[in-house]
Amino acid sequence: MELTAEEQAILAGEQGAAAKKAIEILVALGTVYEAENLVPVSSVQVAGVSYGNVGQAGLEFIREWADEGARVKVPTTLNPAGMDLEAWAEMGVPEEYARPQLELIEAFRAMGITISCSCTPYLLGVRPQLGEHIAWSESSAVSYANSVLGARTNREGGPSALASAITGRTSNYGLHLDHNRKAQLLVDVKCPVLSVADYGALGYLVGQKAGDSVPYFRMSTGQNPGPDELKTLGAAMAASGAVALYHLEGVTPEADLAGVLGPDLPAITIESLEEGYEALDGSGRAIDLVWIGCPHASLAEIEQVADLLHSRTLVADLWITVARPVLEAATTSRLAAKLQAAGGRLVADACLIGTPLREMGYTSVATNSAKGAFYLRSLQRLQVRFGSLTQCIEAAVTGSWKP
Amino acid sequence: LETVKLRGRVIRDGQARGEALVSTQPIGFFGGVDPETGVVVEPGHELEGQAIAGSILVFPHGKGSTVGSYTLYRLSRRGLAPSGIINTQSEAIVAVGAIIAGIPMVDHVDISQIESGDTVTIDGEIVEIAQRDTRT
Repeated sequence: MELTAEEQAILAGEQGAAAKKAIEILVALGTVYEAENLVPVSSVQVAGVSYGNVGQAGLEFIREWADEGARVKVPTTLNPAGMDLEAWAEMGVPEEYARPQLELIEAFRAMGITISCSCTPYLLGVRPQLGEHIAWSESSAVSYANSVLGARTNREGGPSALASAITGRTSNYGLHLDHNRKAQLLVDVKCPVLSVADYGALGYLVGQKAGDSVPYFRMSTGQNPGPDELKTLGAAMAASGAVALYHLEGVTPEADLAGVLGPDLPAITIESLEEGYEALDGSGRAIDLVWIGCPHASLAEIEQVADLLHSRTLVADLWITVARPVLEAATTSRLAAKLQAAGGRLVADACLIGTPLREMGYTSVATNSAKGAFYLRSLQRLQVRFGSLTQCIEAAVTGSWKP
Repeated sequence: LETVKLRGRVIRDGQARGEALVSTQPIGFFGGVDPETGVVVEPGHELEGQAIAGSILVFPHGKGSTVGSYTLYRLSRRGLAPSGIINTQSEAIVAVGAIIAGIPMVDHVDISQIESGDTVTIDGEIVEIAQRDTRT
């Protein structure tokens, strides 16, 4: 691997033990994946933020690195935590869960990381440009950055993302290189795909078939996915498969570049989304929690929820998970107050996949997120109903699911 | 007693010596190895129930959650980590784990030449295997 004079100096320990450890991680990854060099990154999003996932091992390591003097060099944000870092008690999160979570956040803060815990750092926050190198972690954020923004990132683990933040660099392999960004699977979609839930069901189906390859979508005419639909599509493919980049003809920025769609690609045809809905939707009528915002909701999605509520009050709990800047914007625009008046709640910083929902007394959850449904069923073993936003809001108002 | 010398690719430089513990299956450290005891706990894994502490752990590659890197770190802090790691083809989880836990690690090694119980020495890119004399 070719290292610059400055990088060699860091490796020799001239910028301290913390920076040395960071560049050792990048060089080891560069060795494993045969990178020729390191490249500068403009932003970092760090995984391994939920204490429920990283446990005592992660907490000890991050604390030790911070104590050694690890400080970030580029704008760095965090993945969602298991709770709202400010309103966790109101959420009903037990204190024995909250305490180590807050200790972990303090260790990140000591490194100079912006305490914004979100899977959508690109909403009202960091928005990398076409071709920019970044080091992001969360699978749906990685997919959105690569596919919709045209930025370049591999899916980083916790320590490698921190290593990039501390050095301002990443190893130049995988999706940082042109030739790995070409389409590898052609997906012809013949059925209408309309709602966010539809895009989730489509993503679920394609992710299963695509694995970690790069799918290229060709939609039948009249489809017009916006940012929220693209976010959902990518999130679902990263959950049921390991897709980190996709192209959508006429929509995503690299889809129509020369050479992206080669000849003679393997192809699949999607005629119906039914199979996706069947796999994600459970049974049972009673609903005690409705979850919107996986990935974290945009302002537009919060507005849609408020409109569907029509000032009705809720029987089930309704939580919308968001990035903190989106929460702040919703508070300023009185949107948050409108939701609270109905009995709904905006939850910042958190991902409910990592929240101890069963311990908090919930047994059945409705969501319009394919990714959310997929993980709540497999990881938390909850009763899950999956359907459109309208169905979800009706379930929140009535406490029961109407197919 | 026969000695075999192999050359691999350094992932984490260093020297280590110990008894080989060989798995033909990939190892997922997060959830697959108990961080409090260093015992493999993945149900049905060929090393299930075996302690990895102090061994030269030999397996094709890692698998599972990236949190596995932290598991290796925690094991090393408690003196329960392997003293060296040899892979066929390493990947990010175990490579990063070896760096942060300070475990000498080599890959691109033909692991079929190593059996559990062999005494193995890692010195940079060189892997030396003193084969157990019970081998036929």
